[in-house]
Amino acid sequence: MAGGVILIVLYLVAIFAGFVAPYSYDRQDRDRFFHPPTSPRLSGFRLVVPRYEQLPGAFVYRAVADDTKPIHFFVHGGEYKLFGLIPATVHLFGTGDKNYPVYLLGTDQFGRDVLSRLLYGSQISLSIGVVGILLSFTFGMIIGGISGYFSGWTDTVIMRLCELIMSIPALYLIISLRATFPPGMSSPQVYAMIIIILSFIGWASMARVIRGMTLSLREQQFVLAARAMGQTHLKVIVRHILPNTFSYVIVAATLSVPYYILGEVVLSFLGVGIQEPSASWGNMLTAAQNTEYLRNYPWLLSPGAAIFITVLAFNFLGDGLRDAADTKS
Amino acid sequence: MWSYVFKRLLHMIPLLLGVSLLTFLLMALSPGNYFTALSQNPQISPETIAHLKAQFHLDQPWYVQYFYWFKSVLHGDFGYSMAYKIPATSLIVQRLWNTFLLSFFALIIAWGIAIPLGIWAAVKKDSWVDRGCSLFAFVGLSVPDVLLSLLALWFAAATGWFPVGGAQSALYDFLSPAQQFWDRAHHLILPATVLAASDLAGIMRRMRSCLLDTLRAEYVTAARARGLGEGWVIYKHALRNAINPLLTIFGYSLAALLSGAFIVENIMAWPGLGRLTMEAFFAKDSYLVVDCVVMATALLVAGNFIADLLLAWSDPRIRLK
Repeated sequence: MAGGVILIVLYLVAIFAGFVAPYSYDRQDRDRFFHPPTSPRLSGFRLVVPRYEQLPGAFVYRAVADDTKPIHFFVHGGEYKLFGLIPATVHLFGTGDKNYPVYLLGTDQFGRDVLSRLLYGSQISLSIGVVGILLSFTFGMIIGGISGYFSGWTDTVIMRLCELIMSIPALYLIISLRATFPPGMSSPQVYAMIIIILSFIGWASMARVIRGMTLSLREQQFVLAARAMGQTHLKVIVRHILPNTFSYVIVAATLSVPYYILGEVVLSFLGVGIQEPSASWGNMLTAAQNTEYLRNYPWLLSPGAAIFITVLAFNFLGDGLRDAADTKS
Repeated sequence: MWSYVFKRLLHMIPLLLGVSLLTFLLMALSPGNYFTALSQNPQISPETIAHLKAQFHLDQPWYVQYFYWFKSVLHGDFGYSMAYKIPATSLIVQRLWNTFLLSFFALIIAWGIAIPLGIWAAVKKDSWVDRGCSLFAFVGLSVPDVLLSLLALWFAAATGWFPVGGAQSALYDFLSPAQQFWDRAHHLILPATVLAASDLAGIMRRMRSCLLDTLRAEYVTAARARGLGEGWVIYKHALRNAINPLLTIFGYSLAALLSGAFIVENIMAWPGLGRLTMEAFFAKDSYLVVDCVVMATALLVAGNFIADLLLAWSDPRIRLK
């Protein structure tokens, strides 16, 4: 269950991103492009960060010896909106002095704090997974239930449609779907678009499995009883058949969340998803595609590590849930 | 067997038709086309653009366009790429071949490593080998293709052992055939390995669990009771039956591979279908996007078809259905 704990921490941090992040996602420090990660160290009982000095003519920095500032907790800094509503200025940590910045993961090519962007980006990347799963699995379950319950030509049409969607390699379909949306959308619009695209593809595999389960469930006594009592078809499907598939659905959902997260990452990485200056794990990685940046400023890869940890945690959790739901062993 | 092959082939036709129709519809729904940008150019008169549009049937409704497109595809002609200004067929064939090469070698690497590792892990169940393999599989399943490709790019740039992107070097045409072969192989190794790595973990886990299942079967106990050597029991009796279910995941593995190839191609500058799709997408060369999607689907469907044939060949129960 370590996966579950990691995920709870990740999502809590994402919710309170504005508070945890020392800076805002679009604050540019024009004096410090490609600043290396600052390493705080213990001096007495306080954590201190050194001041970094830029060597002339290059984006190479060196810590100045004996010139440090202590890190304060709950420090006042740039303004942000907690939960997107409550204006606040208190940040978890910082020095309160802009000559002694705390860039734990360095800065990018525009002098923006990578850690802060990572945290703001997690709001988008992590929520897309959950919202996408909720949407596509709800549709998948209902459509699969209808398909299996009614059979006949309804079933044939729906299943052929599923086959059609599943036979196109996912990313090719994603890009063709992306083409139907206009360029130059605002960030919330792009966010909604990514969810719609990923859900449009995701429901098919779910529907197929649920249909298979419904085919055997609908012959069972309790379904016949519910129908004999005169319940409507929709009610029988939603109230009696689908709840019996939940143990499968929950495991499948947990194991599918990574695909949605990666879907956003790929779209944003290729430049057709979340646009700058908004941060997402995908568009942050775009900078790392430049091999020159990659060699000299490897901290630009940190969103990749974040994706890896998240996917690993979801896989751990999904495996644990599957073992718990599996009555065979 | 032949009637089974025929039935499966017949099944592919409506599928490919449906896919082309769907992508065509999506492209028709997309705002603007290649000529939208062109019409901003003051040097090109509106008459020229209208003429060009008529030539590509872009002034007609989408189903008429589809009809024209379909008719020429039946003649083996995938139209004309507006952005590249060359016939799309030659472009597609070349890129398709590159994607096929990449996926094929990734497939060989992945299965070539995953099967022996899976067998090893199953035979030495609960040993450190098994634990190591399952840890490796877990990590492998969680590393996104994007990150792996970027790391490979970094590796190539930092060590200089591999070329950074591309499918052949600039001087390719001046090399001797042997050098040309080596040049292509040299460019292929890194992307194919990256692509294989993402696929490897799943196959290995599956191989391990399949072999463990068959090792529990009674005929394995019977073989052991007859005094057969352990190697004989595993390779002659258990493994042959354990391979069967693996063939069913071949299709899934191929689908994952093609989507993975899309990412690897775009990051590592491998001139395949995925990269062409993105280029066509950005250039709003809509016919080319349709061609790419249909060809990628055809590749996947063909792969699934081969997997089904293998399965039918190895398990007679399937072709009797």
